[in-house]
Order: sequence, then structure tokens, then C-alpha cells
Amino acid sequence: MATIPVVHNPAEEKEWRLPSRGLSAMVSLIIGETALFSIFVVAYVFYMGKSISGPQPSQVLELPIFMTICLWSSSLTIVLAERAIEHGKMKVFSLFWGLTILLGAIFLGGTALEWHKLIYHDGLTISTNLFGTTFYSLVGLHASHVVVGLIMLLVVFFFSVTGRLQPRHAYQIKTLALYWHFVDAVWVVVFTVVYLVGR
Amino acid sequence: MFKQISRGLRSILYAAGCAMFLQAGAWAQTITTNTDTFSPASKPAHEIFGLAMFALAITGGIFVVVAAAMAYAIIRYRRRKDDDGSEPPQIFGSVPIEIAWTVIPIIIVVVLFLTSARLIFAIKDAPRPKSALNITVVGHQFWWEVRYPGLGIITANEIHVPVSTKADPQPTYIKLLSADVVHSFWIPQLAGKTDVIPNHVNETWIEPTHTGIYKGQCAQFCGAEHAKMLLRVYVDTPAQFKAWVKQQQQPAVEDPAVAAGREVFMHNACMNCHEIRGTVATGRFGPDLTHVASRDTIASGSVMNTPANLRKWIENPDYFKPGVLMPAMHLSSQQLDQVTAYLETLH
Amino acid sequence: MADQTLPIGGALDVTPHDEAQKGTFLEWLHGWVITVDHKRLGILYVTFALFFLLVAGLEALAIRVQLAMPNNHFVSPEIYNRLFTMHGTTMIFLVGMPILFGFANYIVPLQIGARDMAFPRLNAFSFWLTAFGGLLLYWSFVGGFGLFGVGSAPDAGWFAYAPLTERAFSIGHAMDYWAVALIISGWGTLGTAINILATTISMRCKGMTLMRMPLFTWLMLVVSALTLVTITPLTAAQIMLMIDRYLGGHFFDTQAGGSAVVWMHFFWIFGHPEVYVLALPAFGIASEIIPVFSRKAMFGYPAMVAASAGIGFVSLGVWAHHMFTVGMNGPTTAFFVLSTMLVGIPTGIKIFNWTATLIGGKIWFATPMLFCLGFLIQFLIAGLTGIMLACAPWDWQLHNSYFVVAHFHYVLVGGIVFNIFAAIYYWFPKATGKMLSETLGKWHFWIFLIGFHLTFDTMHIPGILGMPRHIYTYEADRGWGVYNFIETIGAFVQAIAVLIFVYNIVISLMKGKDAGSDPWDAWTLEWAVPSPPPSYNFVVDPVVNSRRPLWDLKHPEDPDWKYE
Repeated sequence: MATIPVVHNPAEEKEWRLPSRGLSAMVSLIIGETALFSIFVVAYVFYMGKSISGPQPSQVLELPIFMTICLWSSSLTIVLAERAIEHGKMKVFSLFWGLTILLGAIFLGGTALEWHKLIYHDGLTISTNLFGTTFYSLVGLHASHVVVGLIMLLVVFFFSVTGRLQPRHAYQIKTLALYWHFVDAVWVVVFTVVYLVGR
Repeated sequence: MFKQISRGLRSILYAAGCAMFLQAGAWAQTITTNTDTFSPASKPAHEIFGLAMFALAITGGIFVVVAAAMAYAIIRYRRRKDDDGSEPPQIFGSVPIEIAWTVIPIIIVVVLFLTSARLIFAIKDAPRPKSALNITVVGHQFWWEVRYPGLGIITANEIHVPVSTKADPQPTYIKLLSADVVHSFWIPQLAGKTDVIPNHVNETWIEPTHTGIYKGQCAQFCGAEHAKMLLRVYVDTPAQFKAWVKQQQQPAVEDPAVAAGREVFMHNACMNCHEIRGTVATGRFGPDLTHVASRDTIASGSVMNTPANLRKWIENPDYFKPGVLMPAMHLSSQQLDQVTAYLETLH
Repeated sequence: MADQTLPIGGALDVTPHDEAQKGTFLEWLHGWVITVDHKRLGILYVTFALFFLLVAGLEALAIRVQLAMPNNHFVSPEIYNRLFTMHGTTMIFLVGMPILFGFANYIVPLQIGARDMAFPRLNAFSFWLTAFGGLLLYWSFVGGFGLFGVGSAPDAGWFAYAPLTERAFSIGHAMDYWAVALIISGWGTLGTAINILATTISMRCKGMTLMRMPLFTWLMLVVSALTLVTITPLTAAQIMLMIDRYLGGHFFDTQAGGSAVVWMHFFWIFGHPEVYVLALPAFGIASEIIPVFSRKAMFGYPAMVAASAGIGFVSLGVWAHHMFTVGMNGPTTAFFVLSTMLVGIPTGIKIFNWTATLIGGKIWFATPMLFCLGFLIQFLIAGLTGIMLACAPWDWQLHNSYFVVAHFHYVLVGGIVFNIFAAIYYWFPKATGKMLSETLGKWHFWIFLIGFHLTFDTMHIPGILGMPRHIYTYEADRGWGVYNFIETIGAFVQAIAVLIFVYNIVISLMKGKDAGSDPWDAWTLEWAVPSPPPSYNFVVDPVVNSRRPLWDLKHPEDPDWKYE
């Protein structure tokens, strides 16, 4: 009886490389989340212009330019952080990673300010009309994903500044960064649909 | 071994038996009114029946061929008792065969699709003649409001339409609205069903070819008493229909003998939900009762309209339809007798 | 019979202490609660699902008793409406999904030569989320308050159409239980799907290219990808419903301009691919069993892979065939007629390929094969009634009638449940080391077959005769009574068969024949390890050269890699 199955083609003894587990999992998660967001986007688009009463988008929405630039810049800073850890530059990594968190936090702050104005100044809540319902649901869903992302980024930041993070963790960092890029990409869609098309 | 052979054969025989049964029903020429979709009595239902037979023939043919192949395989290639334990020749596939059994189903699909599509447009976009009768049906939890806008008639649960003949085509177009949740309007012998959706207007049409009473019911789960949200369509001769319209257009009968009952009705909450034209009762939440005694049924078709049933219904609707939205009115026995007598005069 | 000394299986020389040690009952229980071993989690999923199969089966029996005669009073309308809602919801979310993902959990790592799933802790977390969701759903019978008093299980159908489910029409917490329990168990399902995807993509053993994976694993890969975009729309819709119910939202509030049709679209965008999430693993099971018990390789493996991926993909574009009566315009209706019929083509191809696998073989009618053969012919019928329903004008009559109920039970019971039984008879020896009794298995099969056909063949007829769904009773003059009575008898016959099955499991666990590592003389990697496998699965990471590595080992003179 053969002890090990005979390899019939020695040429096949090339390297057996498969995509990493983390990458497969994160891509799968992103696909699922995309479907989730799509449903909320579809609802938003379907109900555009159908509110029977209450404030309309053009009346109360202002282009959130500053916070959007912050969020999209954070994708840039996170790429710089990824590069840094790949080259073993841990202090540079901490810098750019921290900057990413800051930019994300500014985005959230901007959302909070915007909602404050909408609720107290314009009288738009989730129950006011169809616009209110779909707006807060969609933007809120995105914001909740930013929050989760920031929590993960903060955990990594903590490990980084306490010296526990090593260059060999670059693979995990890249997986997490992929999530952050996804969050940014969703904002591209939400920004376009809500603030450009829908207003 | 017989078990294995007979398995394949049994399935085929059973299917054949079912098919024959259904065909027998279809060939019955007399229209007995029930809810059999294979006994159509109206143009759209006839056309659907034709498509159904066509689809049944094709799928039946596919079944016979494929099931025969399966039966053949199971019987012919069973392991024999005297088998030597060797493995049979390993066959991994065959490109020409696989192409064939991809292409043939595609052709069948195209044929069925085109046939269905043709009928979709024929029914949905049927030209609407000026002579068509227009009615509006509003679905409620758990009854049907029926209006004839052009004729000034409002009734409930029992729809009257004129029969349509070749000489004098008389389709009826039905606008469908909902007052609350999603329902579905279905009279199987007259047409396919169409959903009744709030904030969304639908339309359907029937063109009944035989007089009679056609039954149906709500076909989309709408709550506790969905099962008893029944429907009747009375297909009348032109003369019968005219007479019915004339009667329904009158205001409510005012019989002084039942004045006591009328008092009970008007001084209790009845008038908040029900309308009786010609009186101060103008409620819209429940069925219009102007001509309630002219209807064969109450409780949306689920109870025969007799004085005893009517009295019981008013006393406690939950007795017949637990979960219905009409509350028990807590009337005294005398009040019940009086109001029942009053309603019985409303022909 | 298979050679017991296949080298990639076997056991390490050192006796593993954890397996030899007999702890207390609490320690044993603790081991099961904290496990992250894919095999134990697989068994937990299957056991969980079988328990709920019995519960939902009892709900079905109650439904059938109520419907056996017109104007029956076995249960009140409120209770009936809860019964059919819970029966459907339970069967889909607490039986079908868990049991199929349970099989995947157990079998996929073994079939690809891996030690465990990609993320064992996520695996455990996903199971417990699903279990908790199920518990929460059933807590609704006990907790909360309903419109009419005691107990408030969800009662608006498993499809929960709005606006019936809005606060105005569904007072109390019944629909909250439905939404929240399913959101939670949905996350569990997502976790498992991600895990299976990562495992099949990233952890295959050397030599196992995608086109050498066993078909069950291939189908679980397709199913997991499909699940990602199937469950999330349901989660989205349920979040929207909860926003409407508790935050004053208007997604489905028709008084504020919201749309009931939007709910239908979102629900069926989930609901249709969901039935393929259930059906595809069943196809995978048949694709494992039919070749082994015909003693032939699968006919047309590449076509089977392509058809599976094709079904997964096309199934995303057919959902509105559940909405043919909603009042969509002609072109839209026609589009969905076409897409629905098109998805039948790859399904038909698979049926032809299975039949072609039988032809030229030496068919061995062991219990797993009996169930698969039942599946084969029944799925043919189910697919054909599906084609009938796809003809939209005919669907305008058949929609929401008992014809549809008959069709989907033909798919779910005649197709999927039969394959689930087949899978249990096939893989029970691997998981437990014991064979299930063949005699009891055959009794189970024949009695279940008779009961199934008695109920579900008959059920097509009341549908044609105009009997709608979801009704707690019906008029005596409709002519539906005799058929309903026959269906009820069939239901009890099926129940007897299921009892025999449960007894078979119990008695075989106690006194079953020893299975050995390869009782069926099969060809995929799970049969190379002992039964039950050690916690690490393989002593040595396998290396494969074809789709049937064990065939290559058993037939070194005629290995598969010569032909692939």
C-alpha cells in the first residue's frame, strides 16, 4: 500500500498558495454588508419625493463637505499606516493610524452636529415623514458602522502605543483596513444619493 | 425487487391518475358554480384555463419522459444478487448529450414564456369597451365594500353584475382599494386573483358568460378572520340586473311598524359605523346596511341572512367570527328583537 | 470493503487524554457548551434542528387536525394563525438552515482535508446566536401579551406582510419576537456563511483545486456566498419594521405614504434565494450519495458546478414571481416569468446528470440511496409544478392557494427533507462510529414516502379547486373536505415514520453495529479518517490529485487523474 498518494506530475509540486483566511472572511463580510446597505439605499431612493408633509431634503440638508473630506482622507492615512507597518516603521504607523481615528471621529462629530440641527432647528426626526425615516435609517446605519470601525481602530491603536503590535501583524492590519475602506466607499454612495441626487 | 420496480411505475401511474381526474373536471360542460378554477365561467378565467392546459400538457410530457428514464435506470442498473463486486465502467460525462439536454429545455422555456407573455398582455391590456360596468371594491378587515360609482349604489360582500353575451358584451371592470391591510380579490371561476393593497390602486375585470352565483374569498392573509372574508358575485340576466340596480338605488325603507328598532339603531353606536341612506346613520367603518335584508348572507358571506342569525350576530359577532372588528353591542333582549326586526325590513 | 489502514487517516500513537478521561456529567456538558470543534458544533446544529423538526411537526399536525373537516373547532382562529406562522418560521430558520449548515460544519473541513473551520470561535459564536434566536422565538409562546390574551407567538405568517405587522394592526409583542429573534439568528447564519467561505477558499489541502472539491463542498461554497446577499435583505427589512414599530418610522406606513409593496419586494428578495439556500445543500447531498451507491463517478461534474453557480446567481433575479398578483405592469411581469423559467434549466440539467450517473451503474438500494431516489423523482415533480406557477396568468389563479402549498412542500419535504434523511443515514456512521439500522431505515423510508404522497399529491387538488392558504377553516359546500381529510391522514403517517426514525437514532447510538472508517466504500476524504474522527481530523495533511482521492488509492491501476 502506498504510504502517501503518489504525485503524478512532479511539475505540479509548485507552491500551493491560497488566499488568506482573513481576506476571504473580510471580503465576504463586505459583500453581505453591501447587500444590507443596498436595501436601505433602495428604500431611500424609492421614497424620494413621496413625503406627504414635513421638511423636504432641499429645505434642510446642507452639503457636509468638511466631514466628508475628513472621512475620505482617513482612507489615505490608513493606507499610509499600512505601508508603514509593512516596512516595520511602527512609530510612523502609530502616527498615521491615530490620524485615521481622529479623522473618523471628526466625521462622527460632524454627523452629530448635523443631526442636532435637523432635530432641534428643523424639526426633522425619524418619525416626521418618509424623508426623516429613510434619512436617519440610512445615515445612521452608516454611522453605526463607522462607530464599530473606530472601536476596532482604537483597540489596535492601544496595542500599537503600548508596543504590543509587531510588523508581522501587517496581515491583520490590512484586513481591518479593508473594512475601513468599505465604510468610506459606502459614504460615497450615501453622499451621492442623499446630498447630491436627493436634495 | 418488486418494491423497487413498482416504485417507479407507481409514481407514473399516480401522476397519470391525477392528470385524468383533472381532465375529467375540465370536460364537464355544465357550469356548476363552485370555486373550481378548471370550470371557468368568464373570459379571463377561460383564457387562463387554456394556458393551464397547455402548460400541463408540456410539463406532463416532460414528466413522462424523464420519469421513464429514471425508472429505466433504477430497474435496469440495480445491483444483482450475484454481483461480483467489481466497479462498473466509470463515465465522467458526454459533451454532446449535455448540450442536447441544455438546448431542449431552453426551447421549451422560450415557448412557454412567449405563450404566457402573450396572455399577460391580453388580459392586463384588454381594450375597455364603453359599455363596461365600473365598480369599486374596497377591502376591509374582514369584509368587502362594493360601490357602483356611476349608479350611486353602495353595498357589501355581494356583487351583482350583468351576464355578458356575444351579442351584447358586458364586462365589468373592478377597481380595487384597501382601507387597511393587504387583501386579495379572488373569484376563481371568473378571473385570476388581484391583490388589494392600501395606498395602491389595482384593477381587474371579469366577463361572465353564464348566469349564476359565483363564490370566492380573500386570498391574502389579512388577520384573525381572513378565513371568513367571503365573496359572492351574482351574475344576473340584464333584466334581473336592472331590477336589482333600481332597488339598490332607493333610500332605506321606512316602515313605521319597526320604529322602535330604528330608534335602537340610531341611539346606539350602530350609526357610527354603518350607513343607512335616508337616515342620520352615516358611518363608513362597517358595511352599508341600507338594503341589508336584500342580501343572502351576512358576516361577509359566512353566515346565512336569517332573522335568528342576524340577531345572534348583533348580540355577539365573535360567536360567528371570533376576532372580527364589530364589537358586541350589549343590547337587551328586547332591543335585539326590535333592531333585528328593523333591519329585516331594509330590502 | 475499504482498507482500514489508509495513511492519511489513522490515529496518533499517543492516546489523547481528553478522549480517554471520563469526567462527570457536568464536565461532559461543559465540554459541549464551550466546544469550538467543527464536528461537535455540527452535531449541536443537527441535534438542535432535529428537536425543532419535531416541534414544527407537531404544529403541522395541529394544523392538519383543524383542517381535516370543514368548520372544525380544534383550535381557535388566533391559535391557528400562530401555528401556521410558527410552523413555517421554525421549519425554515430553526430546522432547514441549521441542519444544512450543521452538515456543512461537520463535513466540509473533512472533505477538503482541513483540521477545522477557518474561524472556530466564530463558528461556536454563530451556533449560539442561532440557538438563542430560536429560544427567543419560542419564548413568545410564554412571554408578552397578545391581542386576545394569553401567549403571543407571531401570527402574521412567516412572510409577515406589512402593514398587517405594523403597530396599528399587530398590537402586542408577537411581531417583535419574530423580527428580533430572526435578526439575531440571522447574524449567526452570516457568521457561519463567512466561515464556510473562508474555509473552502483558504484551507483546502494541497492539490485540491476548486474543480477537485467534492460537490457537497462546492454547493456549500455557493450557498454561503448566496447567504451573504440573501439574509441581509431580510435583516434590513426587519430593522425597518422595528423602526416603524418603535421609533415611529414610516417605511411601511401606508397612511404616511409608505408602501406595502416595498415590504413584499424586500422580503421576497430574501425569500426566494432563501429557498435555494435550502435546496442547494440538498443537491450537494444527493451529489455525494448517488455516485457512491451507483458505484460510478458523478456524470458531468463541471456541468454540475456550473449549474450550481448558475442557479445561485439566477435565483437572485426571480423574486417577484411571488408578487405576480400585486399589479405589476406587463413587461415587469413577463421579465419575472422568463427569469423564473430560466432558473429551471440548470436545475433540470442537474436532474439529468443524476439520472445519467445511475445509468450504467450498479445501484445499491441502501437507505441513503432510497431517500435520494425519492428525492430525484419528487424534485422533478416539484420543479414541474414550479414551471406551472411561473406561467404568470395561471399563477393568478394558483397564487396563495393550496397548489402553492403543495408545490413548496414537494420541494422542501419531498426534496430537501428526503435528502436530509439520506445525509443522516449516510454520515451518522462517520460521526458516531455506529451504523443506523437498515431495517428500521427501510421502514422509515417506505412509511414516510406513503405519507408524503398521500398528503402532498392530494394537496394540489384543493388548490385547483380554489382553496386559499392561511385559512383556519372553510365552508362545507366548497368540496375541499375529502381532500383535506386525506391530507391529514398522510400527515399522521409521516409522523409515524419520523418516530421510527427517532427510535432508530436512539437505538443505534446505544447498540448500533460498528461502522469502521468507510462503511459505504466511498471516495471522498471524510472516509479516510476513523469514525468518529479524532479532534485533529488528519494525522498528516492530505495531498490529492483528483476529485476522488480514495478511488485513486483503492484503484491505483485506474486512477481518476488519468481522466480529469
